[in-house]
Amino acid sequence: MAAAFGRYHTAVVRGIPDSVRYDALIQAEQRDYVDVEKARQEHAAYVQALRDLGLKIVELPGAEDLPDCPFVEDCAVVCNGTALVTRPGHSSRRGEVHAVKKVLEEDLGLEVVHMVEDEATMDGGDVLFTGKEFFVGLSNRTNEAGARILAETFPDYSVTTVPIARGLHLKCFCTMAAPDVMAVGEGPEAQRAWQEIRARGDHKYAVLNIPDDGAANCMFVNGTIMHCAADEFPKSAKTFTSARLEYPRVQVPNKELAKVDGSLTCLSLLI
Amino acid sequence: MPSEEGANEVNQQDAVPAENKTEVKTSPVKKTKPVKMQLCRVLLLDGTEYEVELDKKAKGQQLFDMICDHLNLLEKDYFGITYRDPQDQKYWLDPLKEIRKQIKDLEEKENVIIPPGGPWVFGFNVKFYPPDPAQLQEDITRYQLSLQIRDDILKGRLPCSFVTHALLGSYIVQSELGDYDPEEHSADYLSEFKFAPNQTKELEEKVMELHKTHKGQTPAEAELHYLENAKKLAMYGVDLHHAKVRQDEKDDSEGVEIMLGVCANGLLIYRDRLRINRFAWPKILKISFKRSNFYIKIRPGEFEQFESTIGFKLPNHRAAKRLWKVCVEHHTFFRLVSPEPPPKSKILFLGSKFRYSGRTQHQTRQISALIDRPAPNFERTLSKRFSSKSMDAGLWTSPGYAPYREQNRPDLSKLPPDMSASADAVGAGKLPYADDVPPQGDEIPFIDADTTDDFYSAYSRPGAQKSQGEKDAEQQRRQKNIHEMKMEFLSQTPQPAPGGWDARTPPKTLSQQKEEKEEHEVAAAVQETVPPVAEPEVNGTETHAAPPEPAAPEELTNKVDDDDEIPNVENAVVDELESQEPPTVEVKTETVKYVASDEAQPEFTSSVPIVKTESKTITYEQNEDGEPDQDPGVLVSAQTVTSETISTTTTTHITKTVKGGVAETRIEKRIVITGDTDIDHDQTTDDAQQ
Repeated sequence: MAAAFGRYHTAVVRGIPDSVRYDALIQAEQRDYVDVEKARQEHAAYVQALRDLGLKIVELPGAEDLPDCPFVEDCAVVCNGTALVTRPGHSSRRGEVHAVKKVLEEDLGLEVVHMVEDEATMDGGDVLFTGKEFFVGLSNRTNEAGARILAETFPDYSVTTVPIARGLHLKCFCTMAAPDVMAVGEGPEAQRAWQEIRARGDHKYAVLNIPDDGAANCMFVNGTIMHCAADEFPKSAKTFTSARLEYPRVQVPNKELAKVDGSLTCLSLLI
Repeated sequence: MPSEEGANEVNQQDAVPAENKTEVKTSPVKKTKPVKMQLCRVLLLDGTEYEVELDKKAKGQQLFDMICDHLNLLEKDYFGITYRDPQDQKYWLDPLKEIRKQIKDLEEKENVIIPPGGPWVFGFNVKFYPPDPAQLQEDITRYQLSLQIRDDILKGRLPCSFVTHALLGSYIVQSELGDYDPEEHSADYLSEFKFAPNQTKELEEKVMELHKTHKGQTPAEAELHYLENAKKLAMYGVDLHHAKVRQDEKDDSEGVEIMLGVCANGLLIYRDRLRINRFAWPKILKISFKRSNFYIKIRPGEFEQFESTIGFKLPNHRAAKRLWKVCVEHHTFFRLVSPEPPPKSKILFLGSKFRYSGRTQHQTRQISALIDRPAPNFERTLSKRFSSKSMDAGLWTSPGYAPYREQNRPDLSKLPPDMSASADAVGAGKLPYADDVPPQGDEIPFIDADTTDDFYSAYSRPGAQKSQGEKDAEQQRRQKNIHEMKMEFLSQTPQPAPGGWDARTPPKTLSQQKEEKEEHEVAAAVQETVPPVAEPEVNGTETHAAPPEPAAPEELTNKVDDDDEIPNVENAVVDELESQEPPTVEVKTETVKYVASDEAQPEFTSSVPIVKTESKTITYEQNEDGEPDQDPGVLVSAQTVTSETISTTTTTHITKTVKGGVAETRIEKRIVITGDTDIDHDQTTDDAQQ
């Protein structure tokens, strides 16, 4: 039924528009300006890392009127050959989904379900698929109506909601580091979410506690753990490198886009 | 009614005049009469019907054994006989009881109509879905299980994605047709098969594609793969019940529609399609029902001090009881080594004792391991017999609603109405939400409002049903009395305990003294805040004693010291307690008190970290409503002491009540599960008729 967890053949990514510097959405009070050129370099390294792990890359062009468009993860949830194209929580991002939907449907031949219900919102960054079940963060961007549509779209799996009080998305501080292993930030919001997951999930997961919340966003791709760079999160990077897991690890820089709340998983849709 | 015939016959003979001596030679009881037979028709999982004539008085077990013989099925414990009503509501047949009585029960209480004189029609279904079908001993068992799952999928009870439908379908085809053969299998070869509630050409094509990849698999192997994939589905083995839960304890509104799912691992709670909570069996301390409410008591979490109780409103009393029974059975089957022995309580206890009567999974595995016969041959030909019955209601919708449709490309504009909309259908009479009376609307009694009744019913004697008006009046009267009596009791001075208790109970520890003090403090607070509102009202702090870590066996607290008399019946129990208490037993002391509604209210969505596994304590309790009119008095305190060995759970309830100014202590011990007086009433009524 489901392929072994974390096996992908293709990644969809999107180019970085210049507008990301001034117009991308931020949570912080003050804007720390993205160096767009450096961001593009980091992005290229990220894409190369995926290529090195055996993925075919489908790159969409960036759009200036969509400053957050590099964060394609929020536009869809892909699982077992079906893609749920979302209705992003922030109205400024709604336009991002069209190009993504097109490529998923036409170029990649996936079954596409489009979340059109007016009440429902979802950012893909709130959806954590563990390989065995879904957890959906109910945040400013994702609501229950959206979670319900996800549950309808993927009926094989149980879908459990996790309230998110602070922070942008569930996956900002909680992701799968390896099969049945969850990387969870040590901050209070992250730990709270982890307790919810433990209490209400169907399956058991081991936890890898990561000192910096932001660094808990990592990726398990074709048997390798992609995680934060040591110069951005020294303690957390060390936690990853020294964790007793049998998988090789790769550090991926992401300093620039982190300024606009972009983390590693945000930058791709893995199929 | 047909089932009365036997009784009537005897009565008629009784009525024969004495002159007619030739006809009344022997007493009616000894006179032999022809055994009345009844035709039973059982719809089997492969779609065939099995007909058999049984003694009209036959018990469920007899029919069950005959079916299993017919199916050549040895691993029977996972299965059961069902009756399904037109709304697809399932009722399990109790193997220990007479079938006809259960049918009569269904007719009367569930408003189910069974054509008189006709055959009794049943289904044969999986009752307990094994979490690991590979561990079943025989292929034939797996075959029956897979038939059930196929039906579950087609009827929408087990939702699947397109990919899953295709994969599962491909294994069915492999098991029924063998290897894909391009010569034998034309483009249309799958058209007779039904893989999904809504099947498309695209699905059939995908099945064919996957079928090709299973070359070489034997039917048994294909079936095993089928089950290995099916068992992973979120709704595999989940028995769903519609219920409502009050969202906000201060809110008087109707409450939120949810689904309660019972499965091998515990209880699951869904709202719409979302899983909103889950309670593994080890986390559940007690399950009970009262009227149409179902309650679970949850172990305190890692960082919590108190247990929480969560209440759910079921459509009616029978639904609550049905849910409770299903929980009891699932818990027993999957969690216990052996079923609980029948209660041996010497107290006069009018409730009959429902318990799961079959083997547990542990036992059935042990016995199945001894099966030593060559694998029986059987044909797998379900698909050919599949009739084009219309698909009835799906999983997530109320019965009678628009069917759930599995779609390859779900068109979201045509999604079935979600659960919140089904409230209207409920009002329209699809799911009556009251027991023979119009829906109560706002009345969703929660643990606070109902606590009085709970405790009374738990610790006093159950009795007959009352009308709603009677209940209301009684409730009001009771509340008034309670308040008065409380005032009276509180003004009394404590008295020394009778000898029995003194001899047994060790000196009070500091913590116990503190507990008593807390209790009195609470009681004092009640005195101050006079207004008689819905009972019971206790202001002030919650006074649960935190369940202490059982390093050493806990001592029983000495609250009973305050009582001045213990009726004889309790002494008997005390003796029993002494003789039966095993030496090395973990006893937890808990002090249960009334608490104000906002404190009692657990947020079932609150984070509850998983507690380390320890020897569990679980009580099955059935709180029955209605009784012969007696005033149980004011409940002042109640405690539960639970002790456990590997195979038994002994629960001792100690309650202190005030009746007419006199303090009374009742000690009630229960082993296992207590049951429903309804059953006893039938029994007594039946007996009276004969």
